[in-house]
Parts: sequence; structure tokens; C-alpha cells
Amino acid sequence: MMEYTKPNVLKKHLTDLFEESKVSVFSKDKDYISALRTEAIAQFDKKGFPSGKDESWRGTDLKKVLSKGYQQFLHPQNQDIDLSKLFICEVHNFDTDILSLLNGWMVNGYARLKTFENGTIIGSLAEAMEEYPELINEYYNKSDKINEHSFSSLNTAFAIDGVFIYVPDGVQVDRAIQMVSIINHDENLLVQNRNLIILGNNSSLTFVQCDDSTNKLTSLNNSVTEFFIGENSNLDHTKLQNLNNKSTLINSTYINQDANSNVSTNAISLNGGLIRNNINVALNGQGSNANVYGLYLMDDKQHIDNRVYIDHKVANCTSSELFKGILDDEASGIFNGHIMVRKDAQNTNAFQNNNNILLKDTATIDTLPFLEIYADDVKCSHGATIGQLDLEAMFYLRSRGISEDNARMLLMYAFATEVINNISIDPLRERIDDMVKKRLRGELSICDTCVLHCGSPEKEVHFDIDLSKI
Amino acid sequence: MSKKNNILDEVTQGEYKYGFVTDIETETAPKGLTEDTIRFISGKKKEPEFMLEFRLKAFRHWQKLKEPTWAHISHPPIDYQDIIYYAAPKKKKELESLDQVDPDLLETFKKLGISLEEQKRLSGVAVDAVIDSVSVKTTFQDTLSKHGIIFCSFSEAVTNHPDLVKKHMGSVVPYTDNYFAALNSSVFSDGSFCYIPKGVRCPIELSTYFRINAANTGQFERTLIIAEDDSYVSYMEGCTAPMRDENQLHAAIVEIVAMNNAEVKYSTVQNWYPGNKDGVGGIYNFVTKRGMCKGTNSKIAWTQVETGSAITWKYPSCILLGNNSIGEFYSVAVTNNHQQADTGSKMIHIGKNTKSTIISKGISAGFSNNSYRGLVKITKRAGNSRNFSQCDSLLLGDKCGAHTFPYIKADNKSSVIEHEATTSKISDDQLFYCNQRGISTENAIGLIVNGYAKEVLSQLPMEFAVEAQKLLQIMLEGSVG
Repeated sequence: MMEYTKPNVLKKHLTDLFEESKVSVFSKDKDYISALRTEAIAQFDKKGFPSGKDESWRGTDLKKVLSKGYQQFLHPQNQDIDLSKLFICEVHNFDTDILSLLNGWMVNGYARLKTFENGTIIGSLAEAMEEYPELINEYYNKSDKINEHSFSSLNTAFAIDGVFIYVPDGVQVDRAIQMVSIINHDENLLVQNRNLIILGNNSSLTFVQCDDSTNKLTSLNNSVTEFFIGENSNLDHTKLQNLNNKSTLINSTYINQDANSNVSTNAISLNGGLIRNNINVALNGQGSNANVYGLYLMDDKQHIDNRVYIDHKVANCTSSELFKGILDDEASGIFNGHIMVRKDAQNTNAFQNNNNILLKDTATIDTLPFLEIYADDVKCSHGATIGQLDLEAMFYLRSRGISEDNARMLLMYAFATEVINNISIDPLRERIDDMVKKRLRGELSICDTCVLHCGSPEKEVHFDIDLSKI
Repeated sequence: MSKKNNILDEVTQGEYKYGFVTDIETETAPKGLTEDTIRFISGKKKEPEFMLEFRLKAFRHWQKLKEPTWAHISHPPIDYQDIIYYAAPKKKKELESLDQVDPDLLETFKKLGISLEEQKRLSGVAVDAVIDSVSVKTTFQDTLSKHGIIFCSFSEAVTNHPDLVKKHMGSVVPYTDNYFAALNSSVFSDGSFCYIPKGVRCPIELSTYFRINAANTGQFERTLIIAEDDSYVSYMEGCTAPMRDENQLHAAIVEIVAMNNAEVKYSTVQNWYPGNKDGVGGIYNFVTKRGMCKGTNSKIAWTQVETGSAITWKYPSCILLGNNSIGEFYSVAVTNNHQQADTGSKMIHIGKNTKSTIISKGISAGFSNNSYRGLVKITKRAGNSRNFSQCDSLLLGDKCGAHTFPYIKADNKSSVIEHEATTSKISDDQLFYCNQRGISTENAIGLIVNGYAKEVLSQLPMEFAVEAQKLLQIMLEGSVG
């Protein structure tokens, strides 16, 4: 494996790789897909990887990450590992359909693409590109602003597989769908999976997206997920990120909402060397509502960067953002929320809140809550705070005989629950609740088998606190 | 509804009352900017060698820079070779008293409502009047000198107090700071200089009045305020310009140094010509203002009322270097018609236990865009620091924009930062409540806007508060449709 020294070398490597693949792997593509790829690689070539001078990447230094060499699989790999051992993830008592991705590829042995009686299609994007060209043509890469980000362009150029979900009009998918993307490879790996989720009118879906690593090796995951939400439809989306300290996750989510649709998306970042969540919400139809939540618990030298762009394009929409984070050790964090209210998007309500706790002098946080407003009949507000655990609350707990460690834990947990409580599925919330507790106690590292610690789901997590004393 | 619209028309068509031109003979440099222009300016002012050196260094640096584009403003490119960099009212000899000042000039200031004479008699404010970036007359110098206070034009300071100038000029805003600071450092023509010695509490308010008069000129003035240990000064700045169809550039620098226990209060009512209601003409106001709380327990407070200028690009800042130092920023920025404002504050906490407050109230009407942009940075060693920021925007009309771009950075665990911002319009409920109690819509809006801005206006010295309130009413009353 060659080691690169500059991001430019990696860029050159990727553009070269694209030229090679054009005549091999990508030669079977449908015309519009290859047109998209060619356009996207040109965009990427023009813009290159974002640098520290790029305003939207200020504070997140990719130099180290991009100075490494990465291998990229353009074919599915047959790994000699027991897949059933890797994918035993299941939230206890939580009935889900699991779609597993290993190193960016849908895992064999599971149905590659399944069409249900009610018309729902769930499975691999690669397969869907073959079988449902009309759907792909209508939606794929059609998200607002998707071509403005060079990482997304890079993804479009190389993307082959990922999750594809189509929910027809009037269908409520009652079983939650869980996507588990696992990276397990013994060399530096670049993974670029692509997910496309389409909801027709009057439908609903619960989608859980987990990103995990199963070893301690370096990886760069550049993942793009597009959501198209039809009129009166509901999406409940939870992202769970638990990666090793050498992984980099660039997770771009594009949500496009039609009239009266309702989206709740929750990004829970528990571990990861460098995590960047790009969340773009376009409120295209009147009466739509988006709730964007996030929780990040970072320590060591981890870095978290959450960028949320909510575009109120039409009147009568509402959005609300809540991001909370606790940073320990030498961890660093960035939050940038940008609410855009277009001209004529009257009667908009938009709220944004970011709260941070720094536990050590070596931890840092930058928060940039932006409002850009071109309509007058609006109610917009944002708040941002940076601080510590409340000393008075601490004193209160201590005076009731709770040890300092436990009191601190309890306060941090209380701080985090405001976000966790927004998760609507009870078993999932309980599981995440447990994970957060473990994380706060320093017990949660990347799991040896998988993120959800299903190895011992029955083991509950308790604080050693007699709550009756409080 | 039609009644409301009438009021709107009245207000938005209200003329800029300071837009006259005074016919004073001026002496100008040729158009364009080269090293020769700088030598010309420096020579004209009979400056010592170190000043010319400083200017040339700044100019060479400026040539390497590019105009910044990050602000939320747009304007046609500025041709820096099409500007006259030096324009001075012709004067024959040094003036001893007001009687010797050009009567036309006195008339100008009378029209502006700051008749130098009247000011002297009634309000007891020392005024340094600057026309086309050359200081015309400073009042009250004798009284001030009794206390050891130096308040004079920048040029005089260069001649009479070169050590002080040498020591402090560029110490807060170095010429390398930004594009417009470099430009100003190379071509600045005059400005005000103020020195408050140790332990002195300046008995009267100091004031500078800036006036652009000549056409095609840029105004580049420079203010330096030094407050030694245990001193106090309240400083005011006002400005107006004639109505012209072309855009004129104003790029000033204000530097403040506050030593141990010193306090400086700097208030501005900025009322440069904003252009006509179609957005033609007006001043480009690209200003760098920064204060350094160098000593422990020092305090710098900026208060600004921004109503004028076609474009405002201005971020009065505080560097809180001394332990326990305090920085404050109070701002009301009003934009109407096609005005653009990108303004806010920077608070850099370096010393321990430092505190800062930012209160910013933006009001946008017409087709204008009004942005708050600010930075709060708490460095690693600034333990136990505290910041509170509040940025509110009020929208009057559906064609204007109000934006907030705060940057908040914390690098230690013991500091607390709070930031909040809201954007809203005057609600029908509020108007209805006032109407119901017999207050006309026009008065109700005046009441609500003044109430909205009160937190900031109350920080202004009395003379300014009155002017600012009047300005607010002229600009906005009734502009809710």
C-alpha cells in the first residue's frame, strides 16, 4: 500500500482511478448514470478536496486524513469472515429489517432487492439502478445543493452500492428498517456508499442508520444519503455513529420535503476519529416540518463537525434544531447551523439551539449559529451556550451523599437526555440511552462484534445511585 | 391600509438633510494611488521620516492583498486608481480662534447642528471637526491641556508628540490587519488624537465630527485614543456627507489603548449619505475599529448607531488582554432602501476573568440587507471568562433581509458563553394594542422601535441619544406596511 503525502496526490489518484474504471467497472452503467459520474468527477476535479481556507470547512482539518493512501473496492469482496457473526446487530425487542453493508457493499446472502406485496421496494441500490431506471432517473442525485459539495460529487462519481428504499403512496412501513454499515478490512479503506430513500405521498418510514467499525484500522467513509419525502409523509431517521478513532466519516444527508411532510432526524455520534455530518434540509412544500437533532459525546482526540443547512423555500414551514455535545480530553467540535428563509417564505418558524459542555481545558468547541432571512413575517431564533456542569446542581447532589463521579455522570446524562428523548421508538431509545450511559462512564468503545452491543442485550446499565435520596 | 402606506411613502422619501455641498476651496492630490501619492501626502503634511516609512510599508503590503469578499454585501468593483486620496480645505495660516475659521466652514457645521461656537458655549463638549479628512479646528484645547489631556488632530500629534504616536500607532490595528486597514495606513490624511494621562478623568466629553465635502475623494482618517492608568474618557464621533451620485469610499481606523483600570467609552452616530432611494450613490463605509484592554481591570465600551452609508463594513472589537478587563458593544444598525450593512463585534478574551457583552439590534426596511457578524473567542488561558451576546433583528417589509453570522469559539472549560438571537417583525398584536389605546400607527411604530433599541440608546451620551432617537424616527417611523 503506497502512502501519499498530500491531499493532491490522493485527488490525482482518484481522478486517475476514475478514468481507468470508466472503461471497466462503470462501462455497464446506464447512460444517465455515466453522464452523472462524468459531470461529478469534473466538479470534484475542479473543486478538489476542501481545505482549511474553505469557509464551510473551517476548523476541520482533513490534511492528515487525506494524506494517506486508501484502497477502494469497486467490486464486492468475498471476505472469509463469518458474516453472521458480524451482523448479529439487533436492538433488543426492536423489530427491524436489517440491511447490512460491509465495506460499502450490500452483503450477499441477504435478498439483494426485495419487492413487497404493497409495492415497497427495499434492497441494494446497485440492483435498483438495473431494475428501476425510471425511479433512479427521477430521483437519483436530484437533491438540492448536492452538487455544491465536493465530497458528494466524489461520491456520485464512484458510488455503486448502498441502500435503496421506495415506499409507494399510502403505504406505512411498520417495521423499522435498519441499515448497518460496517467497515472491516485490514488495509486503509475508502468507502463510498450511496443511499436513496423515496417516500411517496401519505406514507411513513422509520429508518435507522448505523455506522460502525469492527477493528482499529484506518478508514475513510464518504457516505451520501438522499431522502425524498412526498406530501403528508413521515420520516423518522436516526443515525448512530460509533467508529474507531482512526476512522473518518463524512456523512452527507440530503432531505427534500414536499408539502405537509414531517421529518425527524437524529444524529447520535458516540465515537469516531473525525465525523462530519452534513445535513441539508430543503423544505420545498408548504406546511412541511423538519426536526433536526444531534448529540455528540467526544473524547480523546476525536473531532466532530455538524453542519446543518435548513432551507425554508416556501411559506408556512417550521423547523427546529437541537444539538448538544459534551467534549472531554483533547476533543474538538464544530457546530454550524444555517437557517435560510427565502423571500416569500412567510409565516416561517425556525428555531435553533446548540449547547456544549467542555470538561477539560484542552477540549475546544466552535459554534456558528447562522440566520439568513429574506422574509418579514417570520419567527426565527437561535441560542448557543458553552459552559460547564452547573456547580449548584453539583453541590445539591453532593450534599445528598452522591459521589463526585456519580454526580457528574448524572448531570451529563441529564444534559444528553433532552436529545435522546426525541427518539420516538421506545426500544431504540432505551438502547441508545444505555449506550450513552456506558459512553459517559467510558465503557463504550467500538464493539468487538458490532455497535449495538447485542452480545449482552439483557445486561442493563445502571448508575450506582440511590435515586430515592434525591 | 392606505393611511399606512402614506406614512411609509413619507418616510422612505424623506430626504437626507445633510446632503448639501459647501463651496470651500480645497487642495487635492491627483487621482490615483502610487508611491508618489503617498510621498505627496506625507510631504504636504511635513511629516517626519518614520511616518513616511510606515505609510510606504503599509502601501507595499496593501499591493499584495486582495479585497475581502466574505462579507454579505455586494457592490461593483472599486477602482482604487479613480479616487482622490487627499483633499484639504485650503487654509492660509494656523488658526488661533474660531473667528479665523473660514465662515463657510462654520456655516457648514452650523447646518449640521454642531455649530462649533454654540457647542462651545452650551454643551461643553470639545469638538475636533474634520472635513475631507483634515482636521479643521479643535475646540476647548486650553481647558483640556490644564488636565494634561492632549486632544488634537492626528497631524499635530505627529509633530508635537511623535513618541506617543510612534509607540501606539499600529499597535492595535497593524497595517497588516486587513485590506482597508492597509489602505488607510498608507494614505490616511488626518484624524484625531487623544491622550489621557495617568489618573485623569476627562471632565468633558470629547467629540470628532467627520464631514466628506469634496467630490471624488476618499476619506481616510485615523483616530488614536490612549488612556493611561486609572483614567477615563468618553469619546463621540459623528459623520455626514453631501448627496452625490457616485459612491465615495471611507476607510478609517480607530485604535484605542486602555491601560490598568482605565475606561474608554466610544460612541458613534454614523450618518454618512446612504444613497438615494434607488440605491444610487452613498458612502462605502469600510472601517476598522479596535480597542485593546491592555491593563488589568480596564474597560472599553463601543456604542454605535449606524443609520447611514450605502454599505457599512465595520466590526468594532475589543482585545481583552489584561486580567479582569471588560469589553462592551452596543449597536443599533438601521438599513433602509438599498443600504447594506455587515456589522458586529469581535471580542477576543486573552486575560483571565475577562467579561464581554454584545447587544446588537438590527432593523431592516425597504430593499436593504442587514447582517450581524461577530466573533467571540475565549482562548485557553482566559480562564473564568464570560460572554453574553444578544443579536436581535427587526424586519419591516418583505423585501429586506436580516442575517446573523456569529462565530463562537471556546478553548477552556471554565468559561461561559451565551448567545441568543431572534428575528421578527412588529407584530399586529403590538400595533393593535397601541391603536386600541388611541396611539396612531405612526406613533406606535416609533414607540416600539425606540423601545426595541432602548437598551443601546441608553448607553449613548445625552447629546447623541437625542440625535440618535430623532434619526431612528426619520428613518423608520411608519415603515411597516
